Amino acid sequence: MANAKPLATLRSATGIPTGRLAVWWVLASEVVIFGGLLGAYLMHRLGHPEWAEAAAHTNTWVGAFNTFVLLSSSFTAVLAHQAAEKGNGKEAAKLLGFTILGALTFLIVKSGEWTYEIMHGYTITANNFWSFYYTAAGLHALHVIAGAIIMGFVAVDAYRGRELHRVELIGIYWHFVDVVWIFLFPLLYIAK
Amino acid sequence: MADTAVDVQHAEHHGHADHHHGPQGLLKYVWSTDHKIIAMQYLFTGMFMAVIGGYMAYVFRMQLAFPGISVPGFGQVSPGEYNSLVTNHGSIMIFWVAMPVLIAAFGNYLIPLMIGADDMVFPRINRLSYQIFLVSAILLLASMFVQGGGFGGAWTAYPPLSAVAEYNQTALGSSMWLVAVALEFVAFLLGGINFITTLMNSRAPGMKAYDIPIVCWMIVIASILFMLSVGPLIAGAVMLLFDQVLGTGFYDPARGGDPILWQHLFWFFGHPEVYVVLLPAIGMTIDVIATFSRKKIFGYKLVLYTTVATGVLSFFVWAHHQFIAGIDPRMANVFTITTLLISVPIAEMCFVIIATLYGGSIRLTTPMLWALAFVAEFLIGGVTGIFLGASGADIYFHDTYFVLAHFHYTFFPIAIIGSFIGFTYWFPKMFGRMMNDTLGKIHFWGTVIPFNFIFIPLFVLGIGGQHRRIYNYQHFPELAGPEMYQLRVIATISLLVMLSFQLVFFYNCITSWISGEKAGKNPWKANTLEWTTESPPPHGNWPADDMPNVYRGAYEYGHPDREEDYWPQNQPS
Repeated sequence: MANAKPLATLRSATGIPTGRLAVWWVLASEVVIFGGLLGAYLMHRLGHPEWAEAAAHTNTWVGAFNTFVLLSSSFTAVLAHQAAEKGNGKEAAKLLGFTILGALTFLIVKSGEWTYEIMHGYTITANNFWSFYYTAAGLHALHVIAGAIIMGFVAVDAYRGRELHRVELIGIYWHFVDVVWIFLFPLLYIAK
Repeated sequence: MADTAVDVQHAEHHGHADHHHGPQGLLKYVWSTDHKIIAMQYLFTGMFMAVIGGYMAYVFRMQLAFPGISVPGFGQVSPGEYNSLVTNHGSIMIFWVAMPVLIAAFGNYLIPLMIGADDMVFPRINRLSYQIFLVSAILLLASMFVQGGGFGGAWTAYPPLSAVAEYNQTALGSSMWLVAVALEFVAFLLGGINFITTLMNSRAPGMKAYDIPIVCWMIVIASILFMLSVGPLIAGAVMLLFDQVLGTGFYDPARGGDPILWQHLFWFFGHPEVYVVLLPAIGMTIDVIATFSRKKIFGYKLVLYTTVATGVLSFFVWAHHQFIAGIDPRMANVFTITTLLISVPIAEMCFVIIATLYGGSIRLTTPMLWALAFVAEFLIGGVTGIFLGASGADIYFHDTYFVLAHFHYTFFPIAIIGSFIGFTYWFPKMFGRMMNDTLGKIHFWGTVIPFNFIFIPLFVLGIGGQHRRIYNYQHFPELAGPEMYQLRVIATISLLVMLSFQLVFFYNCITSWISGEKAGKNPWKANTLEWTTESPPPHGNWPADDMPNVYRGAYEYGHPDREEDYWPQNQPS
């Protein structure tokens, strides 16, 4: 009853399902948030060649491992979408579970990495490179956490065979989280 | 289970079965997902904040005209309090009055009704949006009562003043202000996504893009502008918060940061924001003018394309706020050109309005008076904007009361006149009763005339070199002459007159709500869909088996083949 949808939600004058349309608009608003942050970082980085020295202390291999983990988790999200398309909610839930596992791995590796760096004195106030490093990666990590939690809800629903179209929606969001990392990784880890 | 039984009964009664019968009683209004109730929540919160913002203006205007007096209802104003009052007056009027009333309240109320839908596409996200907004409003009000007082670094919050507690002396107040603004942004992002998807997907069968009433287009285009411009400022706000709380140096040049970065991030949002609130107001103006001229609007598509052009251009003008911030003069020239260009589409809209009026059979109802006043007053704001957009003149005018008066000649028409256009025009639909026209006109003249007497003196003072954000002009001999004080006193007295006339408005609202003449479905004989249902519309807006279909555009007034001079959108031909 309380969950029954208004007619407005079911209409589709554009032919695009309402949920998918909304997710794309969410992503549009997210793109400019990260765009503003990374644009500011880039302008500063170009003006401060000495940041390369600070950047040399980031661990490229750990970053690369996390990149691999996130990309693989996106792959299972795609498989989950495929399963959901076929109406196989249980399979979709299992695959989303793998994606959540990927998110957890990413966060555990990240916290180990940050602990190591903070213990060596590279805190958020050490200099502006580290400020950007923690702010950008932290904002991204928040998106990973939020995505994983929402995915948990979607997976539980999917397991019971409900709201299968949401598997695709959370997948789109997850790819976005992935793409943001693809920008962060070279900017923060590789460019020395 | 008992709940379900009640619900089923209830649903059968109303013949429309399916959706959201939430809690009953008073909770129904607090916890509702109905777009009309959420619109009312936004409207009344916005009106409440407007009263607070007006009270603040009263306090600091009294201090400016009669420095050092004990202001009735406040007491003596200290310099810190003065700063906090002007800062929060600005923040409240823009973020907690103009945005919630023009975009959220009217957007929520009008979009589903005007496009013939029963609700927003995401009713629960809509409710969440209001709740976050309410938290942000409470947080902002609370920030003025913490230790050190409210934030006083101006609504633009330039660092280092906003970033360093030793400078602003309001460590807690400034962080709370910043978090409140950020929460408000989140609320409007959620609301905006709802508006955009609703307009795109939930239109009544037959309603094509060019059949959508202009005001819906305007609110949705404004939501898109907001969404695309606010992101960098959200990132910037996180950075400023870290500067305040963690001690990072994003905006600290001594540590490799850059205070100008904030100005760029702020104004990249701040200038499109002007159009975010302008567009809904101008949309309501155009709709009201068409209804009361009994004429099709002149150039519907022209208005629509012009709006899009304004939106695109508005992303390329932000640096005109920074002409004296040390930007490259060649860059300043570029931004001068874009700024002067953006007055073209806005002027075009004014011509469209005038051309619509021409030859119409004009009815000077209260909403029509407000709409005409909007055009007249906004025109003065727009023309003085040309002075400020030209970098040469701006170097002299920067940070004087000329800027302030120009700003208020744009924002007062937008936020206050715009809200009154919408409120007086849709009041019959919202509450089912007509407002008293005589009282409405008294309130109109009592607001618009004093408004000009407040801000024309401020133009003169600004040209005379009066700087903004000064607590007491007696400390500056060249600004303390009797001729300057006379102008300040005129402005303050006019403000008192204007504020007291608002009592007429509140009196009119309450008495009309209780005992006004019944409005019926369509008191203005307008075409758009919201006038085809009951006033006030029931839950679901129309009976579920009788949702409207659309056969034509929204502005078919005075059609030659018809006896009636209007032609509702839902009538088959």
